[in-house]
Amino acid sequence: MGDYSKEFLETLARALKEWQEEMAKAGYKDRLDRFTTDSGIEVKTVYTPLDIEATRYMDKIGLPGQYPFTRGIHYNMYRGKVWTMREFSGFGTPEDTNKRLKYLVEHGETGLSIAFDEVTLLGLDPDHPLAVGEVGVEGVSVASIWDMDILFKDIDMGSITTNMTINPPAPVMLSFYVAVARSRGVPDDKIGGTTQNDQLKEFIGQKTYVFPPRPALKIGVDVIEWSVKNLPKWNPISISGYHIYEAGATPVQELAFTLADGIEYVREMIRRGYDVDSFAHRLSFFFVSGINVFEHVAKFRAARRMWAKIMREWFNAKKPRSMWLRFHAQTSGVELRALEPYNNIIRITLQALAAVLGGTQSLHTNAFDEALALPTEFSAKLALRTQQIIAYESGVADTVDPLAGSYYIEWLTDKIEEEAWRIIDRIESMGGMLEAIEKGYPQREITESAYRRQREIEEMRKIIVGVNAFKGEILENEVKIPLLEIDEPSVRAHQIERLRKLKASRDQAKVNTALTELERAATRNENIVPYVYNAAISLATLGEIMGVLRNVYGEWNEPIIF
Amino acid sequence: MKANDATVLIEKAISGDLRSISRLISIVEFPAESGSEVVGNIMKILMKRGGRAHVIGVTGSPGVGKSTLISKLIAMFRKKSYRVAVIGIDPSSPFSLGSFMGNRIRMQIHTQDPGVFIRSMATRGVRGGLSASTVLVLEALDGLGFDKIIVESVGAGQTDVDIINISHTVLNVVMPGAGDEIQALKAGLMEIGDIYVVNKGDKPEADITLKEVIDVLNYEGFVRESGWKPRAIKVSAVMGTGVEELVGIIEEHLDHLKKVGFFEEVVRRRRIYGSSIVLRHILENRVDEIFRKEGGEMLRLVSEGEIDPYTASIKIMNRVLGRAF
Amino acid sequence: MIAELLSETPAIGFKRRYRVLVAKLGLDGHDRGAKVVARALKDAGFEVIYTGIKQTPEMVARAAIQEDVDVVGISILSGAHMALVPEVLRLLKEYGAEDVPVVVGGVIPWDDAEKLKAMGVSEVFFPDSPLSQIIEKVRELAEKRRKRLEG
Repeated sequence: MGDYSKEFLETLARALKEWQEEMAKAGYKDRLDRFTTDSGIEVKTVYTPLDIEATRYMDKIGLPGQYPFTRGIHYNMYRGKVWTMREFSGFGTPEDTNKRLKYLVEHGETGLSIAFDEVTLLGLDPDHPLAVGEVGVEGVSVASIWDMDILFKDIDMGSITTNMTINPPAPVMLSFYVAVARSRGVPDDKIGGTTQNDQLKEFIGQKTYVFPPRPALKIGVDVIEWSVKNLPKWNPISISGYHIYEAGATPVQELAFTLADGIEYVREMIRRGYDVDSFAHRLSFFFVSGINVFEHVAKFRAARRMWAKIMREWFNAKKPRSMWLRFHAQTSGVELRALEPYNNIIRITLQALAAVLGGTQSLHTNAFDEALALPTEFSAKLALRTQQIIAYESGVADTVDPLAGSYYIEWLTDKIEEEAWRIIDRIESMGGMLEAIEKGYPQREITESAYRRQREIEEMRKIIVGVNAFKGEILENEVKIPLLEIDEPSVRAHQIERLRKLKASRDQAKVNTALTELERAATRNENIVPYVYNAAISLATLGEIMGVLRNVYGEWNEPIIF
Repeated sequence: MKANDATVLIEKAISGDLRSISRLISIVEFPAESGSEVVGNIMKILMKRGGRAHVIGVTGSPGVGKSTLISKLIAMFRKKSYRVAVIGIDPSSPFSLGSFMGNRIRMQIHTQDPGVFIRSMATRGVRGGLSASTVLVLEALDGLGFDKIIVESVGAGQTDVDIINISHTVLNVVMPGAGDEIQALKAGLMEIGDIYVVNKGDKPEADITLKEVIDVLNYEGFVRESGWKPRAIKVSAVMGTGVEELVGIIEEHLDHLKKVGFFEEVVRRRRIYGSSIVLRHILENRVDEIFRKEGGEMLRLVSEGEIDPYTASIKIMNRVLGRAF
Repeated sequence: MIAELLSETPAIGFKRRYRVLVAKLGLDGHDRGAKVVARALKDAGFEVIYTGIKQTPEMVARAAIQEDVDVVGISILSGAHMALVPEVLRLLKEYGAEDVPVVVGGVIPWDDAEKLKAMGVSEVFFPDSPLSQIIEKVRELAEKRRKRLEG
């Protein structure tokens, strides 16, 4: 039973019934047949304590910093430290991006986040035939230690933390980063940041997979294991729902699939003989923050409660820190529109607000022009300013979890949790996420959701301002907005030239030995990270190292899902 | 199309010109558009030249990895310099008649190889795992001189029967832990393979599944009509392990068919069976049409429960053909 | 009445439906749009051949020819469209299939869209283009191509 007295609930139920009758009598009509969240959860006219009558406050909501962490993982949240403002950036050569990183830091950014180009994400060198047209276009091109060194020129790697969105090549990029930091005298316990390294979600969203799911999982867990042993401040993985949502999932599906991925990593570490409390606090998460403000706030709160339960009850974690769901949030990119792009500024503000009200640890706000191209200096600054205004002007960060206790928010948190458990149960019955991915289950589900969402927009059941409704004359300055242009052929030439110099300068025999040793280690099923590191410091390139691993582990193509 | 144009097109296609092969296939695939005569003339030439290709049917439930396996088979066959054609079959939507054909996803790496030709076909309202024009396309590819023609069926499991009737060698692909399929095999329902391939052999349960299949094959003592005793093998199509051995067995099966004189017999039967697929499909379409057009009063009576479906059908047939069955 | 049975009305299995290739050109894996469009085309009665992600211009052109499609649909969000799309057009021409219309969709700046159209792309779709508009355009292009071939 919940915290409300039976007598109170009965009185309320009577009052509510009368109220409904009054409303009907007075002739109030809703403008829609049904109101639903983006997960398809039906929303009622009004919420009252009756909707959370079974809730026991101390068990389900509790206090910040305490189990089940519904209200936040820290006691005083943003009163102690505002979330980290971390803008995802990268384009062109490492020189170009280095300049942008320093520009953002000058304007108050508090953490770095690197976007790599597609070539790098797939572990190829810029001179690969498939790289044509792609080098430095969607992110920065990094193919060796030299590139990494330039990327962080004049940036103190011992004081700022860096997030790297990199997955199959995560061990390589981590090695490049650590090698550069060490070469500058930064001690290992000062090297801080995150490798995304969420291999499983690549098969569901984003799709920059290289290896088949099983070796991919192995490599991901190698990075976790190596980081736990060597880098006390590093988040070796950021278990990501963001790309799953962007690929079409609903908020509920995003939550369920992400936690199911997390469960798989925990199991694999336990299988390798690690005590859950020795590594669980090193896992971090990454979610989308979407335009349906309350639904995303409820999702974040449900996520913390569910993960705490999973860690404590499924895996017997003892330390509270093992139960923390620490997460980074990014405002949704697919919710941005190419038509009337300035409207996106308002969308981003609402999305960012949801992340803050939901208790995020760090936040990236998209730039308003990202439905058209990569952000310019101006649009990137505006994105950062959005966060700063929320943090310092709006007052929403002054108290912890300010929406708690709202009947709607608490009901929706419960509802999202309930539906997410149902999906997780389904995945468990399939034998876990790895099996589910091989069968194409999450892929199929989110493609269906994406299609459904698109049809809702087309059939006007979902209004997108300026796109399917309220369309007016498009003004000249809404079309002719200045976009970031990248001269790809010259970026590619520049990067290939450096690759050539690197290869000319290195001791080829040393490289060959390091690569051969890597191949042997991979074949013997050892943790590959130390061997990748050795290859990296012998000046082997990203493409060379990944080439060895491609040979050993094979490459993956997705299952057919229609 | 003039007879002369057709001859030129055939010549170019035989010489390996990609665009000509493709156009020729489209012509025979869609007689409704091309006209029976044109198709007839082309097929006459091609079928005379044909009867030499080794047709390999690949069946198995959706998701067992048929396309990935085929991709690896193509690579092996290409090493032996065989010219390879693939027909990938996907279901058509019974509602829109549209189709989503994704078999190429795994084979796209072979797209650039001039010795490989891949064509996706939708079932277009045909049951049994093939489309009605598959048999025409198959004969045409044979006539164009492909050495190996791989047909990937829809993968509807036990109903996937057409594939045995048109192939020299049938690969039945199963997954580790495929309990239902082993049961079906025991019950004689899955008795449609010359070679049983346990894919995803890197999974721990693969060895158990392989043993189960071998046990059933031994216990039941299945022997194919040609005298071939079905074999079973474990592979990992993703990793490419076991594929070379599989190709060895496929070639062994081919040698066996040739040795016992069954190779040509399969071709003859395939052509007869192909004709029956075509005929059945045409008739079925026609029956549906007549049913709607001629049924009139009978259909009203049966829908209102006045007469039974058997009586109604007999009466309709009686009216159409002038006599009862 | 028996004559009815032998009429020349074609059975559906021998009638060509419009065939469309849907390909993700370039290295990005953002396949949401391509899949939604493929699904919508299927529901609208098209036969859709889907190549999956990470396709090169060569793969797209050759697949288009082998499959004898009526329209090639390219989805690209990597920003490499100006390098890769013209190459597809060139290869289609080289292989004698310049009659196959090409449409492109993705994150494409307006100016680039105009340039692509000037190079011979039949239509460019944006993230906000409605499915109904895409289907209609593809159908119109396919129809035109079939008419030209049969005429």
